[in-house]
Amino acid sequence: MNRIDQTFQKNEKLLSIYFSAGHPELEDTVPILRALQDSGVDMVEIGLPFSDPLADGPTIQESSTRALRNGMSTEKLFQQLENIRENIHIPLVLMGYFNPMMQYGIERFCQKCQAIGIDGLIIPDLPVDLYHLHYKELFDQYNLYNMFLISPQTSEERIRYIDSVSSGFIYMVSSASVTGAQSTFGNTQEAYFRRIAEMQLHTPQVVGFGISNAETYRAATRFSRGAIIGSAFIKFLGEKGVDAIPDFIKSIR
Amino acid sequence: MKYQVDEKGFYGDFGGAFIPEMLYPNVEELRKNYIQISDSESFQKEFQSLLIDYVGRPTPLYFAERLSEKYNTKIYLKREDLCHTGAHKINNTIGQILMAQRLGKNRIIAETGAGQHGVATATVCALMGIQCIVYMGALDIKRQAPNVARMKMLGAEVRAAQSGSKTLKDATNEAIRDWINNPVDTHYIIGSVVGPHPYPDMVARFQSVISAETQAQLLEKEGRDYPDHVVACVGGGSNAAGLYYHFLENPQVNIIAVEAAGKGIDSGASAATSALGKEGIIHGSKTLLMQTPDGQITEPYSISAGLDYPGVGPMHAHLFRSQRAEFISIPDQEAMDWGLTLSQMEGIIPAIETAHAFAILDIRKFLPEDVVVFNCSGRGDKDLDTYIDHFKL
Repeated sequence: MNRIDQTFQKNEKLLSIYFSAGHPELEDTVPILRALQDSGVDMVEIGLPFSDPLADGPTIQESSTRALRNGMSTEKLFQQLENIRENIHIPLVLMGYFNPMMQYGIERFCQKCQAIGIDGLIIPDLPVDLYHLHYKELFDQYNLYNMFLISPQTSEERIRYIDSVSSGFIYMVSSASVTGAQSTFGNTQEAYFRRIAEMQLHTPQVVGFGISNAETYRAATRFSRGAIIGSAFIKFLGEKGVDAIPDFIKSIR
Repeated sequence: MKYQVDEKGFYGDFGGAFIPEMLYPNVEELRKNYIQISDSESFQKEFQSLLIDYVGRPTPLYFAERLSEKYNTKIYLKREDLCHTGAHKINNTIGQILMAQRLGKNRIIAETGAGQHGVATATVCALMGIQCIVYMGALDIKRQAPNVARMKMLGAEVRAAQSGSKTLKDATNEAIRDWINNPVDTHYIIGSVVGPHPYPDMVARFQSVISAETQAQLLEKEGRDYPDHVVACVGGGSNAAGLYYHFLENPQVNIIAVEAAGKGIDSGASAATSALGKEGIIHGSKTLLMQTPDGQITEPYSISAGLDYPGVGPMHAHLFRSQRAEFISIPDQEAMDWGLTLSQMEGIIPAIETAHAFAILDIRKFLPEDVVVFNCSGRGDKDLDTYIDHFKL
């Protein structure tokens, strides 16, 4: 069974953390993963940095730029993760834009992910329709889940379609925004969370974008199965460093 | 319809809409409506009358006698430089502002590199009384001060893109992020035949007035409605798409695309995407683009700000791969020299972008009976500082 499914079976509410691989320092990837697992995080999204991350706000743009400047690349990340499953047993998801994956070769990329023990991918600029048509078979062959995003503007019909093609979880973008843009949630978001919960989708939903503290984590997980924190964690990491990671996680739940 | 977009939004292998889900509703709304709206009688009536009365169309098809004599062929210039605001860019912004109005949008965003598309967008927004925000790379804002001032004078807000390399590609990223953040009331006026489907096709349609007029004008002057060659410079490729449009399916017309070689193709400072690019994804479109082996998009270089885009539109990528078009690249120096040549032989000071197209005359031979139409896509006023620096005028 895919580790993502196992985690949803085991836990009522998930805390998942996103970080840009190669930031703050090139070799931080493995220490960050260890610290996150030790702090009780349920799942991690490892960000593959891209020069033009058009769905991301300033924090992740900056961490991506810095990671690239530090020398991060697809090849380098795979090297760092080579033996990761000796120590890390929580689900690992790679999140990145489609172009670097294309250049690596989609099948080679999938092969490598499977060999390392990556459980799934999030590719914000690969639309569900094109995935369904051209890549699903390949991903299935290598046992990789592919997670899709929905936003408050996504129509019910399209959410049903995404649900039918999805595995793992549906990534619910908390509001019409790029990453990192919110600091609190209002009534509009709560209504949206409630509306999606009432649709009774077969794929569990995890909320992301704009979750930064215990309050937004609680609000996000009231109607969903979990929450993903990215920008707020990256900011913390930049200021306090890898050793302080347990403090951040404790402040959330 | 071999070279036009197919029903899935692709030109051969290229195109499509590789966009985050958050953009899907915006792009889908446009995709569902753009043809029906732009083909409607009321749209066409307003579009055509603005092109005539406001833009100053039809632009002349001018027979360049001295150039023709020197190069022993028949050279025509399609005078897009005479359009209001000084280039072909306004054909597209007029079309898109009318589109935005019919989609019920009351806020316009745009990206700009050199500022030409920004000015053309600010102009139509002023004309219609609609709020206008233009994203421009922080570096470009410094380099193109007069166009920044023009946009401000026209009432637009110019926002600096501080991310990445702080140039056109980053301004485009910022505009896309703005659209993600404002999905309901905002229309994004893309300035070239780039971006997710349906943008490349929509922009090409609005620019196709260039080749439609060329057909009619050639019929009058040459007794046939097509030339032997069409020549245009290609950055993203909108003036080229406009000139090629009605000739794409006519095998009697040879298509020539001229890219900026910058300091030379192998110099590491170039914008010749057909030579240096690989298939990939930029700004929501699968096309040819300049990138590292790891898939990071690289910063192109050309002395002309309008040509230094790291990709080309998917239509042009398809024209290149299918060998329908001939691609030639011209270095900075030759382009600058042709800025002077065209000024002194025909009394037309071209934009540096445009000068690249003419520079092929030194390396590409034509037959005496050939009819060659160059897109004189923009005028050189905006480039005077660069010309002054270069020629110590």
